[in-house]
Amino acid sequence: MLDALTIAVSATALLLAAWCGFAAFRDQSTKDWHFIGMAIVSLLVLVQLVVGVVKLSRGEKPHDGTVIFVAYLLGAACTIPAAGFMSLTERTRWGSAIVAAGGIILAVLEVRLYDIWGGISA
Amino acid sequence: MPEADAVPEAPEAPEAPGIGRGPGRLLLSLYGVFTVAALSRAIVQISMQFDEAPLAYTLSLVAGIIYAVITVALWRGGEAARRLALVSCTVELIGVLVVGTMTVVDSSAFPDQTVWSDYGIGYLFLPVIVPISGLLWLRRSGPQPQQTA
Repeated sequence: MLDALTIAVSATALLLAAWCGFAAFRDQSTKDWHFIGMAIVSLLVLVQLVVGVVKLSRGEKPHDGTVIFVAYLLGAACTIPAAGFMSLTERTRWGSAIVAAGGIILAVLEVRLYDIWGGISA
Repeated sequence: MPEADAVPEAPEAPEAPGIGRGPGRLLLSLYGVFTVAALSRAIVQISMQFDEAPLAYTLSLVAGIIYAVITVALWRGGEAARRLALVSCTVELIGVLVVGTMTVVDSSAFPDQTVWSDYGIGYLFLPVIVPISGLLWLRRSGPQPQQTA
């Protein structure tokens, strides 16, 4: 797909994970700044979703199949918003831990997306 | 939530804020993710290529259902839910250990990957870590020793 975007999403997701993990470590809940961070990562993932769909509509084929590719794109798009929502329902350090976990999961999903699209040939 | 099955003679233990709060909320989130991951994976595989590895795909489906049960139990809370979650986590842990061992010892046991293959190596070993944390958490958040029939 768009490698720069995949790398950007993974890097920001891991940064978010580290940041919120640090907050959890310091026994702090997620603050406004964390949510701004989540918004940035989510925005990048949404751009990725659009780019992915556009590429598909141009007739490019993911290596592992369109269904799985789209499923992972959607899963990636939902991860951080879902984690953010859960952290709103848990205003303790554990809410921060949830977002940290979400960031790691998103990074893993990005690696999988890269493989599904076709690895280096993309 | 806890008051759903309010038993009159059971005095609320002070440390019963619900199994879905605090660390439980993190577990709930992780189980939610795993429910979606395992179920969608199973549905795709069963609907598109079931004949290739029926056992592996059925197992993914079973895993997904167990994850779903635990997610709902953590969400609902209460003592019955806690016990259900304890049983489900135990089943899950046994499943991961059995399937993990089988796939490590004899890689032909499962022709295709499942969530539990090789102790969940494809999922950062979370399939092993999460049920253990779940069991520890559920034990700790249980009622303190008292006559709870």
